[in-house]
Amino acid sequence: MRAIFPVLTVVAVIVALWYAACVPMNIHFAVTQAERAGQVVTPEGARERREMGAIPLALKNPSVWGDTFAQDKPRLPAPHQVAVELWETTVEKKVTSKRSLIFHGWITLSATLLGFAIGSVAGVLLAVGIVHSRAMDMSVMPWAIASQTIPILAIAPMIIVVLNSVGLQGLVPKAIISAYLSFFPVVVGMVKGLRSPGAMQIDQMRTWSASANQTFWKLRMPASVPYLFASLKIGIAASLVGAIVGELPTGAVRGLGARLLTGSYYGQTIQIWSALFATAILAAALVAIVAGLERVTLKRMGVGR
Amino acid sequence: MTSTAVISAKGLDLTFQTNDGPVHALKGVDLDIGKGDFVSFIGPSGCGKTTFLRCIAALEEPTGGTLSVNGMTPEEARKARAYGYVFQAAGLYPWRTIAGNIKLPLEIMGFPKAEQNARVEKVLELVDLAGFGGKFPWQLSGGMQQRASIARALSFDADILLMDEPFGALDEIVRDHLNEELLKLWARTGKTIGFVTHSIPEAVYLSTKIVVMSPRPGRITDVIDSPLPKERPLDIRDTPEFLEIAHRVREGLRAGHAYD
Repeated sequence: MRAIFPVLTVVAVIVALWYAACVPMNIHFAVTQAERAGQVVTPEGARERREMGAIPLALKNPSVWGDTFAQDKPRLPAPHQVAVELWETTVEKKVTSKRSLIFHGWITLSATLLGFAIGSVAGVLLAVGIVHSRAMDMSVMPWAIASQTIPILAIAPMIIVVLNSVGLQGLVPKAIISAYLSFFPVVVGMVKGLRSPGAMQIDQMRTWSASANQTFWKLRMPASVPYLFASLKIGIAASLVGAIVGELPTGAVRGLGARLLTGSYYGQTIQIWSALFATAILAAALVAIVAGLERVTLKRMGVGR
Repeated sequence: MTSTAVISAKGLDLTFQTNDGPVHALKGVDLDIGKGDFVSFIGPSGCGKTTFLRCIAALEEPTGGTLSVNGMTPEEARKARAYGYVFQAAGLYPWRTIAGNIKLPLEIMGFPKAEQNARVEKVLELVDLAGFGGKFPWQLSGGMQQRASIARALSFDADILLMDEPFGALDEIVRDHLNEELLKLWARTGKTIGFVTHSIPEAVYLSTKIVVMSPRPGRITDVIDSPLPKERPLDIRDTPEFLEIAHRVREGLRAGHAYD
C-alpha cells in the first residue's frame, strides 16, 4: 500500500501532460471556431494562423484553451472525453449494440483466446520436439525465427485470403494470425525451460536408469513451468495484437480493430482513443489473469513465494 | 581379498579426446574394494578421482582395462540398482517436498505406493530427518538438504553408496557433524562406500582404505589401509595414529608431484 502514492503521482503527471498537449494540438481549430462565434482572437485571419506554430498561437489566445478540451473531432481528445466515451460505449450501451465496446471487445477476445490456445499448444509441442531431436532443432528453429522477422501486417492479408479460398472466414483466420504471433515466445521459453536442468540432474536420472519419458515428465517438464508462464504472458499480449491486426486488412465491421479502422475513416479520434484504451485494458487484464494462474500454480508446486 | 571384492578395477584407462589432444583422465588403475569398506579417494583436481567414481556408476565409459561391480559390468550393475550416488550439490527438486524427492527414484524404479512411503519413513529416520518429509527443500539448511539427498540415495537399498565430495560445499562445523553421522550410518547399514574428497582429515577420519591419486595422467600413487578402529569419536583426530596416517597421505600427494 505504500506504493499507492508514487503510482498515483505518475498517473497524475501523465494526465497533466496529456491535458497540456491537448491545447497546442487542438488550438488552430478552436481559435477558428471562436472567431466564427464573434470572439476577438489574435491574430485575425485564417491564413496568418495557418503559418503560425501551435505553441505561439496557444500562448496568444489563452481565452480559448477551454475549447480545446471539448471538440467533437479533436486531433488529440482530452482524457475526460475518452473516459466518457469509454463509459458510454461499455456501461450505457447494450452489449448487443454495434456501438458497444463490450460487443466489439468480445469479438476480438474470442479470436485472441482461440489463437492463444493454438499458439501455446503448438509452441509447447514444437519445443518438446526441438529439445528431443537435434534434427528438429536445426530444421525448425531457423524457420520459427524467420517467421517473426516478417512484418505481421504484410502476411496477415495473405493468411486471410488463403483461408477464405478454402472457406474459412471470421474467427478462425484471425485466430491463426494470433497464433502466428504467440507461438514464438512459447517455443523460445519452453526450449529454455526444458533445457534448464543441469548436467548433474541429468546424470542423477541416469544413475536411477530413468527412461527418456521419465526424465521428461519428472524433471524437464516441471522445471520448465516458470519459463512457460513468462512466455505465456508475452504470448497472450501478442495474441491480442494478432487478433486486432487480423481485423484491419479485411475492413472488418466487428471487433476492436474494426473500431480503430472506422474511427480513422471518419476522423472519430475519440472513438479511436477509446478503442485503444479498451485494447490496453483488455491486454492488462489478460496478462494479469495469466500472472494469477502463475502465482497459484507455482505456489501449489511449492516453488512460489 | 579379491574374492570378496565388490568393485574391482584392473588396468583401467580412460582417455578423453579433446581439441588440445588426448587427456589421460585415468591410466592403469588397479583397485579392489571389499564388501563393507569405506574407501576415500583423495588427490588434487584432475587426478581422476571423480572420473573413477563415475566409471563405477557407468556415467563414463572406460577406454581400456576391466571394471566390475558386484561381478557385473557397471552398466548391468546400475540396472540391478547396485549403487546410490550422492553428488556435490544436493540436487533436490524445488517443486517436490523432501519426502517427494526421496520418492523420486522409487517412482522411477516402479516400487508400489505403500512401499514407497514406508521406505521414505525409514531413510528419513536413518539420516535423522524424521518429521521433515513434508517440508520443501528451501525450508531446510544446506546440511539438511545434503542429508536428504543421502536419504534419497539410500532409499532403494543399494549395497554401494558412491559419494562425490558430498560435503564440499558445506562449512566445517556442519561438515564435522555430517562426517560423524555418516560413520554411524555406515556402521548401522554395513554399506560399501566410495567417497571422493579434497580434505585429508576427512579422508583419514572416515575411511578404512585411503586411495591417494595424482594427475597427468590420473593414477593411484598409494593405497593406505587404515589401522584406526571402527568406533571413531571426533577427537580421534588428535591421536598420534591419526596424525601418522594423515602424514602418509600428505607424503603420497607430494610424491605424485601434485603441487608442481
